[in-house]
Amino acid sequence: MALTLNPGRAPDLSAFLKRAEGGPSRLDLLVKGARCAACMSKIEKTVGDLPDVAAARLNLTEGRLSVRFATSEGDAGRVIATLEGLGYPATPYDPAQAVAAHDKESRRLILAMAVAGFGAGNAMMFSVPVWAGLFGQELGPATRTMMLWLSAIVATPCAIYAGLPFFESAWRSLKAGRANMDVPISIGVILTLFISFVETLLRGRDAYFDAAVSLLFLLLIGRWLDHRLRARARSAAADLLALQAPAASVLGTDGVERIKPLSEVAVGERVLVRPGERIPVDGFVEDGVSELDNALLTGETASVPVRPGDTCRAGAVNLSGPLRLLAIARSEDSAVAAIARLVEAGAQTKSLYVRLADRAAAVYVPVIHSLAALTFAGGLALGLGPREALLRAAALLIITCPCALGLAVPAVQITASSRLFRKGILVKSGAALERLAEVDHVVFDKTGVLTEGRPRLIDAPAAAIAMAAPLARASAHPLARALAAEAGPGVRAVDVVETAGQGVEGVIAGRRARLGRAGFVGLEGRAGSETELWFAFDGDTRIRFAFSDQLRPDAAETIAALRRQGLTVEILSGDLAGPVARAAATLGVGDWRAGLTPEQKAAAIDELAAQGRKVLMVGDGLNDTAALARAHAAMAPGTALDASQNAADLVFSGAGLGAVPEAIHVASAARHRALENFGFSALYNVAAAPMAMLGLVNPLVAALAMSGSSLIVTLNALRMHGEGRR
Amino acid sequence: MGVILILAPISVLIGLSGLGAFWWTLRSGQYEDPAGDAARILIEDSDDLIS
Repeated sequence: MALTLNPGRAPDLSAFLKRAEGGPSRLDLLVKGARCAACMSKIEKTVGDLPDVAAARLNLTEGRLSVRFATSEGDAGRVIATLEGLGYPATPYDPAQAVAAHDKESRRLILAMAVAGFGAGNAMMFSVPVWAGLFGQELGPATRTMMLWLSAIVATPCAIYAGLPFFESAWRSLKAGRANMDVPISIGVILTLFISFVETLLRGRDAYFDAAVSLLFLLLIGRWLDHRLRARARSAAADLLALQAPAASVLGTDGVERIKPLSEVAVGERVLVRPGERIPVDGFVEDGVSELDNALLTGETASVPVRPGDTCRAGAVNLSGPLRLLAIARSEDSAVAAIARLVEAGAQTKSLYVRLADRAAAVYVPVIHSLAALTFAGGLALGLGPREALLRAAALLIITCPCALGLAVPAVQITASSRLFRKGILVKSGAALERLAEVDHVVFDKTGVLTEGRPRLIDAPAAAIAMAAPLARASAHPLARALAAEAGPGVRAVDVVETAGQGVEGVIAGRRARLGRAGFVGLEGRAGSETELWFAFDGDTRIRFAFSDQLRPDAAETIAALRRQGLTVEILSGDLAGPVARAAATLGVGDWRAGLTPEQKAAAIDELAAQGRKVLMVGDGLNDTAALARAHAAMAPGTALDASQNAADLVFSGAGLGAVPEAIHVASAARHRALENFGFSALYNVAAAPMAMLGLVNPLVAALAMSGSSLIVTLNALRMHGEGRR
Repeated sequence: MGVILILAPISVLIGLSGLGAFWWTLRSGQYEDPAGDAARILIEDSDDLIS
């Protein structure tokens, strides 16, 4: 018998309530579609007026609604139903611990930046009279020393506080036996403060208190930009994942349906899956007949029928009838998880990638530090005295400070990623952009990437379509809907009975007709290479409708654009050879492989990497995730499965495939700008270092040179922004 | 010349109060929902207003 679902009873969502000890409970929801003040007041008022809700507040920037209930028990289902009634679909989500920790880090950086800004401004206030004194204006030694002490009082605590993020990171990297960019920064700041104190005590005039703090200020801007880029991408990615609702409807022993977070579904529990939903965990079908869409799982376009006793794999989409499953694996052990482990292995190889700035630091650190040591030793040998020699060495460290290096990359990357963000492309990290710029070979998945991922009717006579349309309109099956869409609006068949997994039967203009599988209309033992539907009036000839997954309209154009950029293109698909060959022929791609398992796809990527190719993988399915994680860079469409979006470096939504060449173009432009900035920094250092060694640098020159170089680097980065507008 | 000894601490104090004000804005979450705050000003909450 057919399994029925009771739509009148709302599922129990209490697992998503967060209860404080004894206090009222809270619920966090992601709300889609709220854009303006009117939406906000409507949502807050309506939800706030629900009987057991104490307060509701919407964060419009992030689209998150936080609901506080009056008691420890709250009706989460009613809140969601209310929001849906208003026209805003809502999903419960768990504001993860990681997000909170991340936010703390961001707040700390901002505060450090504010303190450094304050310190730099106020210390400089006392430095200006001293700088004026450098040109022989009247400034007595006593006043000068007083000014320097005032400067020291303001700058030192600020430098220590603002420098902590750098000192900590430098210490961690030294303990690990490496030297990152923070090591020279820390040494430079500490040495500068030390020398300045000595100079002030000795009543000299070359104290660099303001330089130490403004150096930190400029560096913190770069650090914060980099941090923001990652934070924004992370929260956007978290939203995408939360909207896919990692939850399952579990049927309790008492017959009550509860929504549970995926991780809490235990083996042996009964899970309900409605048509259109994704199978949450591996399971046996206990009741119900339906068809499964494995496209995201294996890349196959044809759907697979299931009946009681069959096994379903997590990740497949239930197409036609409701199913009751007996869970045979926990979420972590489900088929999905095996692929997730492959993904993890891939992510580890990616973390070995050395970022541009770190590569520059690896050259910069030893060169500058040996030059400083040389200056000190050379100064002593030439009879300058230890004080002057040390001053020159310190001046060298300050003026060649890696400000420009610290700003060069983050400033470029944040402008590049906001330019892509405006076009609906989400960049997950700066490193992702750097890797994308190096790509020389693009691998596409077929289903859902090159194609639209849903069936469309191919070459059927209009008369046949019109004949079958009334029956197709009455069915919810994707193929029938594709047929109905082709026919347009019109009459519906009456007395319609849908047999899940088989087809629909009904009466059209007094004649009994059937639409469905070949067997359903009385044809046995036929299997086409494509998905197909058969239609027949009772006892009449049968008409065949063939469907195929259509290529995206901009697929050919995209591949041509990639070729113009000098990239080679290949298709790796899990689908059958026939559809893949046809798609490849239409697009003019000679290099294709079909019928690949997820492991084979990952192996193919590894093989290409072993040949020295830098591969960009574009995929959306679960069968692509391992390959996405292994590839040098990876992109996934916003319609992709959460695991794929997690594994990808960039996620593009709505923009179509054109996002791929666009992202590569922007990434290589960003790399170009970053290298320009490095070139400029190197040029600047080549000029500044000898000046410092010859003792031509005084605190005023250092302050001007430092801020000047940072400004030029930032302006150069902002050119990226302007190009986006054109 | 002695006036510097008064003016210099005052200027630092003014700077510090600016830093303190920024710290307060940060702590009270004023940067958490810029779009929402911009929109909230347009909402008429009639019950709180003088009619």
